[in-house]
Amino acid sequence: MSMHTISVTINGTAHSAEIESRLLLVHFIREVVGLTGTHIGCDTTHCGACTVLLDGEPVKSCTVLAVQADGRQVTTVEGLEKDGKLDPIQEGFIQEHGLQCGFCTPGMMMTGYALLKRTKRPTEAEIRHAISGNLCRCTGYVNIVKAVQYAAAKQ
Amino acid sequence: MIPAAFEYYAPKSVPEALTLLDRYGDAAKVLAGGQSLLPMLKLRLAQLGHIVDISRIAGLDYIKEERGTVRIGAGTTETTLERSELIKTKLPILVDTTAFIGDPLVRNRATVGGNLAHGDPANDHPAAMLALGAEVVIKGSKGERTVPITQFFSGLFRTAVKPNELLMEVRIPVPPPRSGGAYVKLERKVGDFATAGVAVQVTLAASGAFERVGIGLTSAGPTPIKAAEAEKFLAGKQPDDATLQEAARLAAKATSPVADRRGEVDYKREMARVLTVRALRAAVARAGGR
Repeated sequence: MSMHTISVTINGTAHSAEIESRLLLVHFIREVVGLTGTHIGCDTTHCGACTVLLDGEPVKSCTVLAVQADGRQVTTVEGLEKDGKLDPIQEGFIQEHGLQCGFCTPGMMMTGYALLKRTKRPTEAEIRHAISGNLCRCTGYVNIVKAVQYAAAKQ
Repeated sequence: MIPAAFEYYAPKSVPEALTLLDRYGDAAKVLAGGQSLLPMLKLRLAQLGHIVDISRIAGLDYIKEERGTVRIGAGTTETTLERSELIKTKLPILVDTTAFIGDPLVRNRATVGGNLAHGDPANDHPAAMLALGAEVVIKGSKGERTVPITQFFSGLFRTAVKPNELLMEVRIPVPPPRSGGAYVKLERKVGDFATAGVAVQVTLAASGAFERVGIGLTSAGPTPIKAAEAEKFLAGKQPDDATLQEAARLAAKATSPVADRRGEVDYKREMARVLTVRALRAAVARAGGR
């Protein structure tokens, strides 16, 4: 079986398509569904730019097959905003200047969002641990940590 | 990067998976968390005709204690292991170990069974399992067998698991009182393979002397290495500094690392020595010794 018909619920909407076994989840999200907020960075499981939530857990979508997401829930950065209102994690990145080029930002926000779902008031060490699989090449991590702290205080 | 085309199957049960593996043999590979296999396929370091994804099989993800043994299902993710109260209490060496595997996002997918069955001497669980004296349960369509971890790693990327078998479970004896273990690793950055890594699990006698010592080494040769000579040397001795130093010298002597961008052979061997001292000290401290 090299072709599969899958149905993946992305940000609450079911998307069905016939795909090849080898299609990566990140390509399904960006090219089949057309949600390009999720970025492809290193493509080698290092940088975390492609981080999405799979059944609520942050994973690197360049290292998951699309067929493995069949029947499951995916949340991408486009799913953070609710009814025209930004999620506190998004507000945090704006207020604390948590980005420069913005390439790592979708992944950072998904990881930060998942952390705050599990740990309401993370310590700085817990935040730094959580984002240790997400790389930023612009500024370092000071403002990114502040952005997550802002969201923690705001929620 | 896109993997070469392959046939994909997602069996719902172990017998179904074994039937597929019997049918495709060498042409098939088991996919669990995929955090090693998918990068290899993407880099085209591996090309496979058939992939059997076992992550949809229920019941491979558990950690439980039964009659003095901790049993870890092969499909248990590193994140589950890292958060397990049982592991934190009984086997803190595995909390050390899992914290070094990939990064938190990788650990949400990566499995304990995959880390072992991949047979990569740079993976971290093998050293810890060698130190702990674990056993693994392997299942094929003809039945189940138990293999001591010392006989599990047969070569570079090769293990005792045959192409038509599945690694099912890891069994670890619950350490007795006055036991402690630690895993230390030198890595250039989060998620990197070890430049050197050392796992130590000890049990001390009432006198404070070593009663049992297990030492496993990461990135120290073509397979994960058990530092048997150092273990033997330590048995019955008090954990004073000169003794630990000599044991570390013996452990380093057992290594045959390869030079790469992480360092030269001599450097890696020296790091194995230094880390052995540190791991021994940490393990002894956790066992309540000096």
